Amino acid sequence: MPDIQPYLILSATLFVIGAAGVVARRNAIIVFMSIELMLNSVNLSLVAFSAQLGDVTGQILVFFVMTVAAAEAAIGLAIVIALFRRKQTLNLDEINILKW
Amino acid sequence: MTLESVIFSVLAASAVGSALLVVTRRNPVMSALYLIVNFFCLAGLYLTLHAQFIAIIQILVYAGAIMVLFVFVIMLLNLGDERKLSDGVSWKKIVAAGFCAALLMEFVYILIYSEPSPAVMSASMATEIGTVEYIGSQLFTKFLFPFEITSLILTAAIVGAIVLAKRKLD
Amino acid sequence: MTSFAPYIVFLPFIGFLVLGLFGSRIKSEKLIGIIGSGVVGVSFAIAMAIFVQMVGEEPHARKHVVELFTWISAFTGTASSIHVVVAYQVDQLSILMTLIVTGVGFLIHVYSIGYMHGDAGFWRFFAYLNLFIFAMLNLVLADNFLLMFLGWEGVGLCSYLLIGFWYDRKFDVGGYAAGTATTNDAARKAFIVNRIGDFGFILAMLLIFHTFGSLRFDSVFNGAELMSIGNQAAFWITLLLFVGATGKSAQIPLFVWLPDAMAGPTPVSALIHAATMVTAGVYMVARCSILFALAPTTLQVVAIIGALTAIVAASIGLVQNDIKKILAYSTVSQLGYMFLALGVAAFSAGIFHLTTHAFFKALLFLGSGAVIHAMHDEQDIQKMGGLKKYLPTTYKTFLIGAIAIAGIFPFAGFFSKDEILWKAFSSEHGSVVMWAIGVIGAGLTAFYMFRLVILTFEGTFRFGEEVHPHEAPKTMTVPLIILAFLSLVGGFIGVPKSFFGNNMIEHWLAPVFEPASTKLLLIEEGVHATEYVLMALSLGIAAAGIYGAWKVYTKRPDIAESLRNKYTKVYSLLLNKYFVDEVYDKTVVGPTVKLSEKLLWKGFDVAVIDGALNGMASLVSVTALWFRKIQTGIAQTYAVVFVGGIVFVLAWLILK
Repeated sequence: MPDIQPYLILSATLFVIGAAGVVARRNAIIVFMSIELMLNSVNLSLVAFSAQLGDVTGQILVFFVMTVAAAEAAIGLAIVIALFRRKQTLNLDEINILKW
Repeated sequence: MTLESVIFSVLAASAVGSALLVVTRRNPVMSALYLIVNFFCLAGLYLTLHAQFIAIIQILVYAGAIMVLFVFVIMLLNLGDERKLSDGVSWKKIVAAGFCAALLMEFVYILIYSEPSPAVMSASMATEIGTVEYIGSQLFTKFLFPFEITSLILTAAIVGAIVLAKRKLD
Repeated sequence: MTSFAPYIVFLPFIGFLVLGLFGSRIKSEKLIGIIGSGVVGVSFAIAMAIFVQMVGEEPHARKHVVELFTWISAFTGTASSIHVVVAYQVDQLSILMTLIVTGVGFLIHVYSIGYMHGDAGFWRFFAYLNLFIFAMLNLVLADNFLLMFLGWEGVGLCSYLLIGFWYDRKFDVGGYAAGTATTNDAARKAFIVNRIGDFGFILAMLLIFHTFGSLRFDSVFNGAELMSIGNQAAFWITLLLFVGATGKSAQIPLFVWLPDAMAGPTPVSALIHAATMVTAGVYMVARCSILFALAPTTLQVVAIIGALTAIVAASIGLVQNDIKKILAYSTVSQLGYMFLALGVAAFSAGIFHLTTHAFFKALLFLGSGAVIHAMHDEQDIQKMGGLKKYLPTTYKTFLIGAIAIAGIFPFAGFFSKDEILWKAFSSEHGSVVMWAIGVIGAGLTAFYMFRLVILTFEGTFRFGEEVHPHEAPKTMTVPLIILAFLSLVGGFIGVPKSFFGNNMIEHWLAPVFEPASTKLLLIEEGVHATEYVLMALSLGIAAAGIYGAWKVYTKRPDIAESLRNKYTKVYSLLLNKYFVDEVYDKTVVGPTVKLSEKLLWKGFDVAVIDGALNGMASLVSVTALWFRKIQTGIAQTYAVVFVGGIVFVLAWLILK
């Protein structure tokens, strides 16, 4: 039985790095990639737990996360394209129409 | 130091390093490439956890399909001078950095000091459950319904992506 | 048959609904009149049938309660729960009142067909009248205080609607507001003054519920029978009930609305402001006789107020010139007699006078309506005269009414008024002073009534060439004749023993007032020689009043002139109704209006209530002006807050 604590700490680290990218970067595409990073860190946790518990459900869940991530990437990138067409920029600070 | 721990250390270090590079590069293409590196590292880590199937589709789906999509979009948009988007230090970044550091510390604290859950598996099981056969049989029996639902989600995503990215609806 | 009692009540309501909803589309006045009076007529027929059935029953088995449905049922905690049923109680008192309301009401409905002919609001008038009958029947047939209050308020509403029926007409209230008032003002005055009385009624009801834990007459009165005389709660209940009665029945100090209520059409004055609604207070006091029996102090108050009202109103009536206002003050005065009777614990005498008064006062009002009709809306008796030539039927019937109210043997008023005077004298709750006031009031009544008759019908014409008086149509004269007949013979239902009669009405009502009489240890009296003496005295005074009026206004007008000049002050005091309106205006109305405007409106409402509201709103908008900056529209800022939230939640979980 592998000791999963290092895996979980690694997962947390990756998650926080991804989160930092999401909140700090202004380029929409990089923010997007940071989100993928966060998703992957969670996947790592799930696989680690699956291995520890000997239960395949964790891995199945990872499978589903990947499908959703693929769908999300397709939609997200389509939005990015539509946004770029409209605003000629990917700077998130300039995309501020969601306010009063 | 066992071989396993050496492998883990190398992979973990490169995963963290590549992740840091992803979020710090100015050029999105560089970020994308480092993200692929990160995905490969994760695939390696999955292998050390005996999750062969997940490792394979990590490379196929993520590194192969999703990242190609990213790179394609980056190229398509042909973002000119990225320096415009590179930003200096602002109050928001300081707050964000503070929060992220705090979050990391909290995670680590929890992971180190919380009681480990009682293990319930046998070591032999660990190697079996990650195989393609096992996951496949599970997916088509116990998880058949969610599995079919994913196909619906993907269809919807395809339609949505086309509708959103199209220049004009007619 | 008694189970038909609800039909008596609801038939007029159906009439109201039909006329109120579809009346404007019914083009035929005839049809409206038939519907309007028909429902009341059928009600009267049912009431009559029930009455006939009751006559055949044992005196103590004549009380029937018909329950319809539960109106309010609420459990109010541990102490008591309120449970009000819509139920109608038919007993000797309520059936008598029902007969008066529906009977006189029916005649007045018929009369109105002629009187209101051609009026634009013909259907509206009949709808209101039907609604009034409905409310009034609720009042008299109710089996509990709350339902009675529903009727009580309902008649007040109808009174308001009907006083202001010609809402676009000017109405001269005289005195302080001369020339500016409209019928609407009169209607509002009636409503507001009534509200003051109603407030007393509401408080009394709450106190009754608090004391007896029920609002049903049966439970309350049974509970009251167990109490002893002088009970504190009973005193306050009865006093508050009497406040309600002074409002509705126009007694001092709340009588000011009734003369102004004459702004309404004359049938309204006859029905509501003479025969039925204003007697509601009398009925209510009589209904609660057992409660009043427990509070001798209140009885004393009732008697004093009644006697004072009787004489004060009669004295004002002496000098008024508006035909309807004279009758209005006469009504106030006669109501005073009824309360005098109640106050000396002669409950059945009060109800007896109520009955006869309903006949002759309705007759007088309808007669005055015929006069006004003939004179094209002229109401000033100084501009009339010699009308008996043109209006023979009206004259004859009016004269009968006048004799009846003056109390000349053997007309209806003689028996009932004399009964009251005798009780005021002989009862241990009465006194010689009260008797004397009553007799003087009777003399004044005879005088002003015959002044009215003579100035209106006798003498020479004092109207212009362009007026051509004519007799009223059949629909108006037939009710007059019927009422005249009733005024003539109505008194025989209460012929006292001294006239070898049996006093049927007293025996009829005896079971209703039995608890009160037992409580007060009233004993049935025999024939006294004093009674004849007093009777002769009051008869003489009444005759003197008539003779005086005849003398002054036919032979020697100079006497009136010289008296007027000699006692200018007294004359103007009477003409201006003791300046009661002016005093109220100065002491109550004015300050209330000022207070409302200066303090409540401009002070409290604008500054405090509006201020608080507007202040709250501007506080929100000012803070929002700052806080909305948080809403940057940049999703990343939200993400930062999001992460911050996770940090704090985790920190809390760790540190916990």
